[in-house]
Amino acid sequence: MTRLTLTTTLAGSLLCSVALPAAAETIGVSIPAATHGWAGALNFHAEQTVERLEEQYEDLDFVLTTTPDPGTQISDLEDMVATRNIDALVVLPFESEPLTGPIQRIAESGTWVTVVDRGLSQENIEDLYVAGDNESFGRTAGDYFVETLDEGSKVVVLRGIPTSIDNERVEAFQAALDGSGIEILAMEHGNWSRDDAFTVMQDFLSRYPEIDAVWAADDDMAVGAIGAIEQAGRQDEMWVVGGAGMKEMVQRVQDGDSMVPVDVTYPPAMIATAIELTAMGLMSDGVPMSGDFIIASELITQDNADQYYFEDSPY
Amino acid sequence: MSTASTNAGARRGMKIDLHVLGPILALVALIGIGIALNSNFLSYGNITNVLARSAFIGIIAVGMTFVITAGGLDLSVGSMAAFIAGLMILCMNLLVPSMGQSLGVILIGIAVALAAGLVAGAINGLLVTRAGIEAFIVTLGTMGIYRSLVTWLADGGTLSLDYGMRELYRPVYYDGILGVSWPIIVFAIVAILGEIVMRHTAFGRHCAAIGSNETVARYSTVAVTRVKTLTYILLGCLVGVAVVMYVPRLGSASASTGLLWELEAIAAVIIGGTVLKGGFGRVWGTVVGVLILSLIGNILNLTDMVSPYLNGAIQGVIIILAVVLQRKGSTAT
Repeated sequence: MTRLTLTTTLAGSLLCSVALPAAAETIGVSIPAATHGWAGALNFHAEQTVERLEEQYEDLDFVLTTTPDPGTQISDLEDMVATRNIDALVVLPFESEPLTGPIQRIAESGTWVTVVDRGLSQENIEDLYVAGDNESFGRTAGDYFVETLDEGSKVVVLRGIPTSIDNERVEAFQAALDGSGIEILAMEHGNWSRDDAFTVMQDFLSRYPEIDAVWAADDDMAVGAIGAIEQAGRQDEMWVVGGAGMKEMVQRVQDGDSMVPVDVTYPPAMIATAIELTAMGLMSDGVPMSGDFIIASELITQDNADQYYFEDSPY
Repeated sequence: MSTASTNAGARRGMKIDLHVLGPILALVALIGIGIALNSNFLSYGNITNVLARSAFIGIIAVGMTFVITAGGLDLSVGSMAAFIAGLMILCMNLLVPSMGQSLGVILIGIAVALAAGLVAGAINGLLVTRAGIEAFIVTLGTMGIYRSLVTWLADGGTLSLDYGMRELYRPVYYDGILGVSWPIIVFAIVAILGEIVMRHTAFGRHCAAIGSNETVARYSTVAVTRVKTLTYILLGCLVGVAVVMYVPRLGSASASTGLLWELEAIAAVIIGGTVLKGGFGRVWGTVVGVLILSLIGNILNLTDMVSPYLNGAIQGVIIILAVVLQRKGSTAT
């Protein structure tokens, strides 16, 4: 089961002042558009949660927007406040820096703010923070490498889109490998894309005659890397660890695929956690709900894979 | 004085050469750098990889050469490729229960991809010619439409081809004849046919005529509307061909498939010496342009010389340099 740590502080009084009986409450949800698999699953879980909660609470309305870039997200937020008069906001900032100011203004106007996954660049703006743990994501993978590989083993790393998320993960991975005698041959950006990862992995395979393992850091990139390794006919030489918990990859772990021994979670369903908690805080008077809610990354192994396989999810 | 004039003459001669040879020189230079930096650069595996991965953009860029030569532009090809790939995978998955994992399903999938490309190209072409809307705006619109449609088809996730079908279809990307893989063969055929059509047929000459001056072309009894529409249809069909080669590679399509392919294709066309405003097109130049773009990425992956953060900057510098080289030549002549 996913280990959850919930730190709450008192906020009952604030909630009471917002909730008026019989008047419909509106929650605005703003998330990035489905440009890659993980974000796609994020959209899926957001829509599902919104549908479920609208049935559950009669007096609760939702405004859901998906955004392709930070600029559009700022406009979306302005529209939500101006035209829909939202009572609470659940936002996954596209980028931390440009969104900090606009979200701060919304929070100052008395709207409840829940920030998901990407923290703002200033502290104490949001009422509730729900996030995955990028540091634990990199460290969990790194620990597995250290446990499994011998000293002197050679690994290559596929990185994501250059962002602070990617940096945190890679730094934690490197820190875990520090002093283990495992050599990182090279790191290149595969941009969380199957096609880019395929290309980068092809070139790594041409460049290095000996590779023992690949940290693909994302399941989409793992799919691309595996495609390139199979093309080169070197699937017996190395294994690949992805990340996030895509269902095809979890399936392969479950089946005991020698190329995909484990996977590391970074659940896109965290958006559901955020929306649920926000709705609960808004609709149930006096339930304390502010604080940080950090969802740790777990190692998926053949033994526990069935707990992480979701049949209906698109991801 | 006499020395100055001979100098000028010699320089002019060199400039003319640069105009034609600019892209080739850039390509040769890149190959030289590659050889110097990594001994595996010229290995059979690496060359096959680079050529095969160039094939998608390459096939599309050949079609783009005709559109740009006729004074048009198509920004939708990347999204279109993603949408067609999604459509093709959906159709094939739907047919598997009734037809089994058979060759027939693959053939129908290929037919769907080509037909979808033709229709998508015709929509772009007709909106540009019949409705008289700027090509930039039309294709910017369809770019957004196709990108959204594939995201919607995939429910925000990834569309994956049925596992058994993937094994059956896989050889189309990975196998070939005499060690030359199919994408490379198809790319070569498309490029050679494109070069012949551009240089030796009325259609190619009409494209250039329309691109340099549409009104004059119309007075010269060139069927402007028809030829322009045909360039978009041709491009659409070639996007279909590229998708037929792309789907067997990883057997999936998602919202990130074909991202920025349109800009890579346009960049390849311009590096190759085709004029962005239209009026002059060079298919072999486009092929060289595509290879230059692929090689930059390949070489950067094969070395640690530059921080990966700077890959985009290196690509940008080389694109601009390759064009500057030939533009210097063309302004002098």
